[in-house]
Amino acid sequence: MTVDFIFEFLSGLLDGFISSNSLLIISMLVPCLAIFGFITVYALVVIYAELKVSSFIQDKVGPMGQGVGLHAGKWGLLQPIADALKLLLKEDIIPSSADKPLFILAPFMIFIGAFISFIAIPFGESIIVTDLNIGIFYILGVGSIAVLSLILAGWASNNKWSLYGGMRSAAQIVSYEIPAGLSLIVVIMLAGTLNMQDIIKYQAGGIFNWIIFDNPFVPIAFVVYFISAIAETNRTPFDLPESESELVAGFATEYSGMRYAFFFLSEYANMFVVSAVAAAGFLGGWHSPIQGFMDSPAWGVFWMINKTGFLIFVMIWLRWTLPRLRVDQLMNVCWKVFLPLALINIFGVAIWTVVFNS
Amino acid sequence: MADLVFWIIAAVTIMSAAFVVLNNQLIYSAVALLFTLFGVAGLYVFLWADFIAGIQILVYVGGILVLVIFGIMLTNKIKSVRISHKSMQQGVGGVVTFWFFIFLFIALTKAPWAFSDAVEPVGTVREIGVLLLTDFLLPFEIISLLLLGALIGAAVLSRGES
Repeated sequence: MTVDFIFEFLSGLLDGFISSNSLLIISMLVPCLAIFGFITVYALVVIYAELKVSSFIQDKVGPMGQGVGLHAGKWGLLQPIADALKLLLKEDIIPSSADKPLFILAPFMIFIGAFISFIAIPFGESIIVTDLNIGIFYILGVGSIAVLSLILAGWASNNKWSLYGGMRSAAQIVSYEIPAGLSLIVVIMLAGTLNMQDIIKYQAGGIFNWIIFDNPFVPIAFVVYFISAIAETNRTPFDLPESESELVAGFATEYSGMRYAFFFLSEYANMFVVSAVAAAGFLGGWHSPIQGFMDSPAWGVFWMINKTGFLIFVMIWLRWTLPRLRVDQLMNVCWKVFLPLALINIFGVAIWTVVFNS
Repeated sequence: MADLVFWIIAAVTIMSAAFVVLNNQLIYSAVALLFTLFGVAGLYVFLWADFIAGIQILVYVGGILVLVIFGIMLTNKIKSVRISHKSMQQGVGGVVTFWFFIFLFIALTKAPWAFSDAVEPVGTVREIGVLLLTDFLLPFEIISLLLLGALIGAAVLSRGES
């Protein structure tokens, strides 16, 4: 479902009624709306999952519909909708000493950063907004908008907690981008392309053709990538930027209502993006684990969403199991463990490819 | 359509670049620089240089701009949000930029631009990689050495030991 496909489809349908320029604009807006709808629905689902998984891990039942009244629906299914409504209806406060333009800009910027990453994510063999030649690289690149908007949010709030949160997140994301990028280089080396669809097509033919099982170095690269990705999305055990017990809510301290919701939404959207990249790069993307079994294009969406969803579940699982790292531990893990590991992986994969695969 | 998009990108680039220079608050200039860098990346896309556009965003937005904003925040009093700087020597500067503009304008209009009939390449990454490791190996290695030197220098400076 690329933009070209929608354009062809619409021009067949509406030929002669409107000019081709407006058709092109419409066919670009369609995927935008689709992505926006997807992010919204996905956020509701994953908020529910987060509440339930965290409750089960802590031996609670989580949101439930109690008694006669529909407090939160059956099994608490309406809880995420109630949360979303609460955020929408909350008063929007801009502190009087805040830097107003930047304070307003920051939540939009972080959401745009998450939003435009979705353009290059393949949901199925033909379901991708734009199959960029530099797909995986593009996703890494636009991810850096998040850093900027977090620093700006922290700075513009004019609050020491916010500023600390912004600084911490910037330092953390800039550091962990390096092992994450270096681990993805392993994928790029094996597939020989930056194009997301070509990387997935390289992994055709069952679970043992997935890049993660290509050679003994790749599972290490996968683990390094996944942990760095969790750090990049600022989630526990790497949630120093918004550690509640130290910084109130970090960079989001002064935000409320819809603006806070944008930070919230982009955190979950970023979780999806990094998990989708991991699923596409290491776990075969939209390929079925068994060749020929449920392997049609429609099932592709099923596999892609499920692999991504499983990785998101692991993120939630880790969040509610592990305590937060200290700042020095955070930096030690990144620079003294992950960076050398990632570099060794690249050499290892290169040598393995030359010796065994050529 | 492509023309329209091009003009929009060019306008965004130039206007945000003007904002970077003319605004007297450093942090706003840094934010406006973000739009300039994205605009330039967009112009690279129009030149079929998708990889360069990606590098532009990754290095300039993700690296240099973050460094600039860090620099602004860490070298000033954090207490106050407003950090302003004033324009100095406006007369001399005006004269110099006026003549520089005239010079550039003449150069741009008189230059024999080489137009190419080449068709859009399928992917530029492979070509760039091959060229970097064959024809341009020496410059590539020299840049690597320079960056390694900078890296070691930064490590030595930040250790702070005598």
